[in-house]
Amino acid sequence: MNDRRDRTLVAILGGAVLALFALSLVWGESAIAFGPACADLLAGRHSAGAVILGELRLPRAILAVTVGGALGLSGAALQGYLRNPLADPGVLGVSGGAALGAVLVFYTGLMGLSVAMLPLGGLAGALLAVLLLMGLVGQGGALVLLLAGAALSSFAAALTALALNLMPSPYASFEIMHWVMGSLTDRTFTHVWISLPGTLLGCLLMLTTARALDALALGDEVAESLGFRLRGPAGIQARVVLGTALAVGSCVAVAGAIGFVGLVIPHLLRPLTGHQPSRLLLPSFLGGALLLLVADAAVRVLSTGTEIQIGVLTALAGAPVFFFRVLKMRRGMS
Amino acid sequence: MTGLVARDVALSLGGRVVLHPSSAGVAPGELVGLIGPNGAGKSTLLRVMAGMQPPDQGQVVLEGRPLATAGRTWRARTLSFLPQDEVPPPPMHVADLVALGRLPYRAHPDRARDGAAVTRALAEADLLALRDRPASRLSGGERARMRLARALAVEAPYLLADEPVAALDPAHALAVMDVFRRLAAGGAGVVVVLHDLMLAARFCDRIVLMHAGQVAAQGRPADVLTDAALRAVYGVEVRRIEDAVIPWRLAGATE
Repeated sequence: MNDRRDRTLVAILGGAVLALFALSLVWGESAIAFGPACADLLAGRHSAGAVILGELRLPRAILAVTVGGALGLSGAALQGYLRNPLADPGVLGVSGGAALGAVLVFYTGLMGLSVAMLPLGGLAGALLAVLLLMGLVGQGGALVLLLAGAALSSFAAALTALALNLMPSPYASFEIMHWVMGSLTDRTFTHVWISLPGTLLGCLLMLTTARALDALALGDEVAESLGFRLRGPAGIQARVVLGTALAVGSCVAVAGAIGFVGLVIPHLLRPLTGHQPSRLLLPSFLGGALLLLVADAAVRVLSTGTEIQIGVLTALAGAPVFFFRVLKMRRGMS
Repeated sequence: MTGLVARDVALSLGGRVVLHPSSAGVAPGELVGLIGPNGAGKSTLLRVMAGMQPPDQGQVVLEGRPLATAGRTWRARTLSFLPQDEVPPPPMHVADLVALGRLPYRAHPDRARDGAAVTRALAEADLLALRDRPASRLSGGERARMRLARALAVEAPYLLADEPVAALDPAHALAVMDVFRRLAAGGAGVVVVLHDLMLAARFCDRIVLMHAGQVAAQGRPADVLTDAALRAVYGVEVRRIEDAVIPWRLAGATE
């Protein structure tokens, strides 16, 4: 019964993701003849249509799926692991680390070397943050993890602010502010290749924890007694932390900090999947991908002149969902 | 070699000795009561016996295999552990939470067998009527029974339960002790931490009395629960009286 409902939900979400993915290839600012452009692209001809399709729309659509999916899945995995519906990928401080890494690339002028420097800097920042986090937490449990994440993200935010503060040119500050808000505009296959390995590996790691997250529903000791390892290199905590860190770090490195997706998607899907963490993982990946594809389409429709950053849009759309949840929860209590 | 045996296990946590070298065990078909005042080390000994906490010295042997080196899945299928209530349950349905007890078999899931085990466990814990209720809406006692049902659903040959009747009303406490008795009669080895000396005396085959981090006495209830031992360990004078009101057995049940 549950299985059939889950499969239906995954099929619907998956179908919607495919449809929107296709739409975002076909439709854009400049009108191109899609068929010929496809043919040119496959044949390796550098026509205008092929360039727009292959170098602008395709990487952007791929990133919308992988970044949105990774953020949604990370949110679901973290909320399950921490047994806290308010957890989101930001709590580990890894997004902050990625942002700091990217900002330092701006600050030091390494930007000039290559377009790959910015995402690589972000990735390095994210990986450094994970190492610090794992070292800080050691054998500690969920509470230690939350505290370490809070400490790490506030430190990264302070250093980011310092870099902004000391930035020699106001233009560079503006660029950074823009980048930190999150965007998928003008991303190329360089960005895709930089982010894809970490994103995929991270997502796979998170998906391996599905049953373990269920087992945690009644506490650490119950999970342990059911044969799951909590701590240690192959334990649930390490897999969740490393998985979210790799995925989110790789995403922030190329797309900036896109907020609220990881927080909101599991909330939106729980009424459909129920509260069992394992049943929420795959739908959250698809839901996140769908949300970011929709947001990216909206950015393109709404933008006249100055483009609205996708991170701003997801935050604007995500916050009301929370207001609504608060009202619903209050009604449920009274 | 059958049975679950802890031999000279000792443990210190944060520089404090919480368990002096102690030995205890349970044989198949036996119901053992682990009793003692608060802080005596009952839960610690139980957690060590369940393999949740490796001892600093000594070893725990389950069916002839040292727990320290036994496979996790084998241990999870052979020994079911019911810890004290750790966290409020999520709003998952009662039956789904009880079904977590089948996770040790996840490598080879058998739907019919798992479903039957969950239904049996729900029935034993008197929860069939609540199986579709979100666990977050259960009362304290119902929650305790749900957690017990989760442990029963493993259908392991050994069950170690930490204060499983502490939150229960007299009828449900008796019913749960009956469940343990039936499990033992069916060949399982059961260790239960209890505070109710009456239940311990009436239902257990053997009592392990703990005091200040070590086993003070163990044996048949009549031999362990002496006035002198209870005075020494609990610091209470006991009276054995006839006219006290004692919930004795479930209405309609026969001896």
